Amino acid sequence: MVGQAPRDATGGEATSSVTGDPPISLYSSHRPRLRGRAGASASAISTVVVVGAIALVLSSKSAGPFRNGFLDLHQMWLALVGDPSKGIVSVGKGFFLNVWLSLLCEGLVLVLALGVATLRLTRGPVLLPFRGLAIAYTDFARGVPVILVMLWIGFGVPSLNLGSVSSQSPVVYAGFVLVFSYTAYVSEVYRAGILSVPQAQVQAARSLGLSSRTTLRRVVLPQAVRNVLPALLNDFASLQKDTAIVSTLGVAEAVHSAQIAGGVEFNYSGFTMASILFLLVTIPLTRYTDHVMARDRTRRLANAAT
Amino acid sequence: MTRVPGAPIVLRTTAVRKSFGDLEVLQGIDLAIAAHEVVCLIGSSGSGKSTFLRCCNLLERIDSGTIELFGHDLAHERIDENQVRRHIGMVFQSFNLFPHLSVLDNVTLGPRRVLGEERRGAERRALELLARIGLADKAAEYPDRLSGGQQQRVAIVRSLAMEPRLLLLDEITSALDPELVSEVLELVGELAHQGMTMLIATHEMGFAREVADSVCFLEGGSIVESGPPERIFEDPTEPATRRFLQRIIAAGRL
Repeated sequence: MVGQAPRDATGGEATSSVTGDPPISLYSSHRPRLRGRAGASASAISTVVVVGAIALVLSSKSAGPFRNGFLDLHQMWLALVGDPSKGIVSVGKGFFLNVWLSLLCEGLVLVLALGVATLRLTRGPVLLPFRGLAIAYTDFARGVPVILVMLWIGFGVPSLNLGSVSSQSPVVYAGFVLVFSYTAYVSEVYRAGILSVPQAQVQAARSLGLSSRTTLRRVVLPQAVRNVLPALLNDFASLQKDTAIVSTLGVAEAVHSAQIAGGVEFNYSGFTMASILFLLVTIPLTRYTDHVMARDRTRRLANAAT
Repeated sequence: MTRVPGAPIVLRTTAVRKSFGDLEVLQGIDLAIAAHEVVCLIGSSGSGKSTFLRCCNLLERIDSGTIELFGHDLAHERIDENQVRRHIGMVFQSFNLFPHLSVLDNVTLGPRRVLGEERRGAERRALELLARIGLADKAAEYPDRLSGGQQQRVAIVRSLAMEPRLLLLDEITSALDPELVSEVLELVGELAHQGMTMLIATHEMGFAREVADSVCFLEGGSIVESGPPERIFEDPTEPATRRFLQRIIAAGRL
């Protein structure tokens, strides 16, 4: 490539010999990036190659058991709608539980995590022990796998014989565990967001006479949440997926229903069905996250033009 | 603008000292500002001007000495710092407008959340103030769409919306492009003309000379020399003041 560099490169050398400075090169030794039509056809070719490779592997003879066991359309449909006569629970119906449980938990997590985050950031001497507790809690809840907490609470609490506390439905324990774990993560996200707001903003607000509380609510948090919105939505998508762990407690949500269908029919296409259902929710959610970020960026510019 | 005889003392500081660690930033500041008076603090960076201003509205706590606002000792245990600050406006070098709020909401935040004004009344008053600085048409815009000079004028209006008894201006033109300085200084000049009581830390000597009733030269955390601007700028008695002004002149800033 160096040989193909325009003449200027050597022209530069001639000039520099006059001043005595060493010659400079302004040209990359790498191949130039493909642009325009060349770029488009290059990406078309690579797409065909990748898709073709996947199709080839899946359609090969040796992949037959996989196709039959995981990609059987009839079995997928059967798992989706269920068949009471065979004892197959509907994965679709079970998925509703995943959806509303994640929504309910997310709502609680957003509120509680904000409390934990502000607790960790306030400086009052009275709150010192609570601050210690909040730190211990986030360390613990983030350090233990969700599934272990699920097993602990889901099987441990009922065996405590604590009256009504021990006799709740597994869904309640599952919801508690998800809120317990995710509040810790989300509180750290909030905390990072709050710390990302410049101290000068706080000083400007306090100089107007705003109380620390009003400053937090009207000045710091709106900026903090905006800064960490992608992370918050990311955690929400993660929470949505982790509702699958509820299956360990024998709750008939999507994954457990798929397990049942698989056990009855000796076919795992129900898992594929469950995966598709999760994707149907999480992919729009992540797209929406990107959209919100883009809108937030342009809104200020657009709003100003009116 | 001119001293009103018998005007009450708005702010009086006595032997104010403040240290950050081992560094004593303020080494006993005595200062009094009467109502409608404009006092300019000059001196090189690090002389304690900003810290002193920040002590006056309790953003920083002083180590010793007293600060009185209308005769009330701000160190009194029952002093509510939010009540103090609602009467003292502060404008910062870096504007510090709230980027998530429109210009209008920036201006109405204080009146609504501190003074408890209704949205409609607060917005009407804010628009009047913005009209006075010629920025009423920018009310719906967000700060990042404004020039530095416009942002700083909005920041001044944000303070004015609280109807402060004292305005603290902390090097408010230092972060501006040179061509935007005058629009901000003109606004401050108007405020001085209207009788606003102001304590101004500034590097703009020409402006200080024009607008100040009294100029204080700070060095190393002390007021070395103070007096009417004509005397400080034309006939300073302290060698330190002379040296400082000579450096300013050499830099072409006076």
